[in-house]
Amino acid sequence: MTNNEWPLWEVFIRSKQGLSHKHVGSLRAADEKMAIENARDVYTRRSEGISIWVVASANVFASNPDEADSLYEPANSKVYRHPTFYDVPDGIEHM
Amino acid sequence: MKEFNIDELNRKFQEKIDNDIKIEPKDWMPDDYRQTLIRQISQHAHSEVVGMLPEGNWITRAPNLRRKAVLLAKVQDEAGHGLYLYSAVETLGADREQTIDDLHSGKAKYSSIFNYPTLTWADMGAVGWLVDGAAIMNQVPLCRCSYGPYARAMVRVCKEESFHQRQGFEIMMKLAAGTPEQKAMAQDALNRFWWPALMMFGPNDAESKHTQQSMDWKIKRHTNDELRQQMVDITVPQAEMIGLTIPDPDLKWNEETGHYEYGEIDWDEFWQVVKGNGPCNKDRIDARRKAKEDGLWVRQAANAHAEKRRARNAKKAS
Ligand SMILES: [Fe+2]
Ligand SMILES: [Fe+2]
Repeated sequence: MTNNEWPLWEVFIRSKQGLSHKHVGSLRAADEKMAIENARDVYTRRSEGISIWVVASANVFASNPDEADSLYEPANSKVYRHPTFYDVPDGIEHM
Repeated sequence: MKEFNIDELNRKFQEKIDNDIKIEPKDWMPDDYRQTLIRQISQHAHSEVVGMLPEGNWITRAPNLRRKAVLLAKVQDEAGHGLYLYSAVETLGADREQTIDDLHSGKAKYSSIFNYPTLTWADMGAVGWLVDGAAIMNQVPLCRCSYGPYARAMVRVCKEESFHQRQGFEIMMKLAAGTPEQKAMAQDALNRFWWPALMMFGPNDAESKHTQQSMDWKIKRHTNDELRQQMVDITVPQAEMIGLTIPDPDLKWNEETGHYEYGEIDWDEFWQVVKGNGPCNKDRIDARRKAKEDGLWVRQAANAHAEKRRARNAKKAS
């Protein structure tokens, strides 16, 4: 990064009370304060949010899509974790 | 980690595309796909940003406060569109500063429509109605583009665009129903913007080099001529409704096909403007360059201020 450029931030918005913050995009800003102000201008011009989080993109660590198979395969073989795995006889209610 | 050879990677990639599975930034993708997207998305971003200039030209001279507030909000939206798109380019590993410098050096293009001047207030009507109208037609299918960040940016953009077109149409409608001078002004704006708006969809399909590959990659969903036809079919009745005349003597309804037939587009003019010889190409790029140069000290000062605050907070914490 040259001194002319601002760092990149990821923006998360809570659209209303009771919902979690959701990633909406990114922007550049000199610091976290400016990032929040810019996020307000860019991502909440039509009342899309009531709360903003910004995280420096450099601080986001992501899983590797090439390892998706080995990361998530164990879940696929454990179908018994889902309620549909079990037979419930006709006539049994509230289960 | 599994090792794949290039054919295998390519096959898996195309399989995802064919099954409408979005490609995300960290996924493997062919270099041509990446380069095509960088070119297209950065051009799109530049168009949003350069597109603020012809309309910004009228903000201080809007006829009343309501029109001024609306135009200001519209132009601000376009700045936002530019930002969503530059962010999407960055996810492909492109350097944002570099893409902007490519615009300023003339290496990167932007939509030719913004090289036409906005001479009267009625042009704000014609631009919103026709230019944003054409942009919507291009952008709606891009919401289903195979590249996730581009598609998501387009969803946001499309939500915001429809007010742009409506406010433009409203201006035209009001002027067309006004005094003879006002109506003439609206007609003149339509006369000047009609053909450049049709050119916004790009060359005829037979001349368009990138279309087939972009369709196979599901970056593009319709050809240039399909979208152009759709634009004509939708816009002609709107013009009729407000009593304006489309400036095309060859325009006629074809009962059999259910489409309008329209006259030959002046492709020489199109290529001249693309090559930099339009009425405002130089003004637009000069204005962008000046904005970047004049803003340099602000960007540097903000960085210096942020650095100072960081140092101060670190001291307090220790
Ligand atoms: Fe836009
Ligand atoms: Fe727009």
